[in-house]
Amino acid sequence: MYSFKRQSASSAIFEMFNSLLMLIVCFVTLYPIWYVIVNAFNDGADAMRGGIYWWPRQFSLDSFQAVFRSEGIMTAMGVTVAKTLIGTPVHVFFTAMVAYAFSRKELVGRKLYMFIGTVTMFFGGGLIPYYLLIRDLHLLDNFLVYILPAAFSFFDLIIFLSFFREIPPGLEEAAKIDGANDFKIFYKVIIPVSMPVVATIALFHGVYQWNDYFTGMIFINDTNLQPIQTYLYRVVAQSSSNQMLASMPSGMAVTVTSQSLKLATMVVTTAPIVFVYPFLQKYFVKGFMIGSIKE
Amino acid sequence: MNARAGIEAEWEPAAEKAKERKLWRKIVGQRYLQMMALLGVAWMIVFNYIPMYGVIIAFKEFDIIHSISSAPWVGLDHFKEFLEDDSLGYVIKNTLGMSILKLVIGFPLPILFALLLNEIRSIVFKKWIQTISYLPHFLSWVILGGILATWLADVGIVNKVLMALQLIDQPITYLAEPKYFWSIVVTSDIWKEIGWSAIIYLAAISSVSPELYEAATIDGAGRMQKMWNITLPSIKGTISILFILAVSGILNSNFDQILVLRNSLNETSSNVIDVYVYNVGLAESRYSYAAAVGLIKNVIALALLLGANSITKRLNNTSLF
Repeated sequence: MYSFKRQSASSAIFEMFNSLLMLIVCFVTLYPIWYVIVNAFNDGADAMRGGIYWWPRQFSLDSFQAVFRSEGIMTAMGVTVAKTLIGTPVHVFFTAMVAYAFSRKELVGRKLYMFIGTVTMFFGGGLIPYYLLIRDLHLLDNFLVYILPAAFSFFDLIIFLSFFREIPPGLEEAAKIDGANDFKIFYKVIIPVSMPVVATIALFHGVYQWNDYFTGMIFINDTNLQPIQTYLYRVVAQSSSNQMLASMPSGMAVTVTSQSLKLATMVVTTAPIVFVYPFLQKYFVKGFMIGSIKE
Repeated sequence: MNARAGIEAEWEPAAEKAKERKLWRKIVGQRYLQMMALLGVAWMIVFNYIPMYGVIIAFKEFDIIHSISSAPWVGLDHFKEFLEDDSLGYVIKNTLGMSILKLVIGFPLPILFALLLNEIRSIVFKKWIQTISYLPHFLSWVILGGILATWLADVGIVNKVLMALQLIDQPITYLAEPKYFWSIVVTSDIWKEIGWSAIIYLAAISSVSPELYEAATIDGAGRMQKMWNITLPSIKGTISILFILAVSGILNSNFDQILVLRNSLNETSSNVIDVYVYNVGLAESRYSYAAAVGLIKNVIALALLLGANSITKRLNNTSLF
């Protein structure tokens, strides 16, 4: 009895410290983001002095107005929205379709096809041969460079595959008796019952499309085709934010600084993801577990 | 399907030919399925295998005039050139240095985080912590680069706090000084990925049988003992597999991250293999030479993967393949 009591006392102390530690983790995670947000909502010229930690000192929406009025930023936003809205369904549908074919045991050549795919996970040509390929396919300065090379992923195929294996074969049999071909079975029967994994892959790929700046950086020169992340990359990493400011309508620059404009663009770019992701969270955690059981 | 197979089984006097015909018939019967599969195979041939073939330019002198196949062979010249390059030393040092730091510090932390999070009793609190801890994973490195630049600016919070504590007299321009680069990279990487990496361990922990814990409680085991003797051994397999992957990725710097944080001032600690390939290959258009450097990297990475795989296989019977 004595030892039990001591146990629970030390247990309570552990619990207290552990909870405290977790609160610290949350703070450390959220505060850096909060710091950027409050600075973005502050008057740009005033923010130059620094010292804004918890709340805007001189609240101002000027930087945000400037963002929404900038043609360059809005064009880049449009490219990002377009590549995400087109690229995600293409990736999900195409990868799922191939995965479904690969999941059927009677597929002739199945072992060979899987081998071809498995090799790609462990070895690749590297950046330069890939660049030359994209060039030879005439995808440089072409919107399709966001879609075609991203249409398929063998990693995602494996996640689909392990999900499809769990679908009871009776579903397909019924459709087959009705005379449906395999493609029809795939999109009429398989896709509707696979929504959890479809949502997971769609979220992963949607975030990839939204966040990717690399493709726009190395394959696109035309500024009308660059996504917002590439635009921001050029501003953040190459500190060309004075150019950014120069592109603003005149009369704006008094309170808006290049720094505040940058922060406001960052907030606008990230907001959609931050709002969407808590709602989709339950899907991707489930999808992640499906993926982890593979092999 | 079965009925047809039965009929086919009846007429098979000329064994070989009938077999061939049967296979062909099977393929025609599943033509939709084959088309779906072959579209995927075709994609992989174009986007994965053609670049693998393209690697032969590493042994050639490829330029604007020549195509990949017509370029003259130069053997191992590009590989020799890289081994004699002055920047080889610090490029390797930066690549390995940052990767090893990420491995030593960044690999165990998510495991520890998952173990501690698992001990939180309140389900609501636990869910909140989890949701918050994944959030940074969904921010792009460009955004994180912007956040870091804001934090580390002259008037940024880091300088303000350190000056208020009188630890420094002058603001430090962190991103302009090579000596801070590695710490910035490792810290920001951990900040971004700790919660996300913990998911997979939490999933593994949740499948541990509760009976094991009950039995241990009856035997008088404390919390730490249970964590150490039950939870940790139960997720050993998951840890091993992720460790194999981490080791094989040691030559892979996080390219997205480094590109955002590097600049000409921190060059000596930020130039890693990937950046080097990018610079000489795309900025200077020395395709063959850059492809050779990339190939060295990929071959070593493959060797590391196979090595780590066979070691964990021998140690605790878990392996990737």
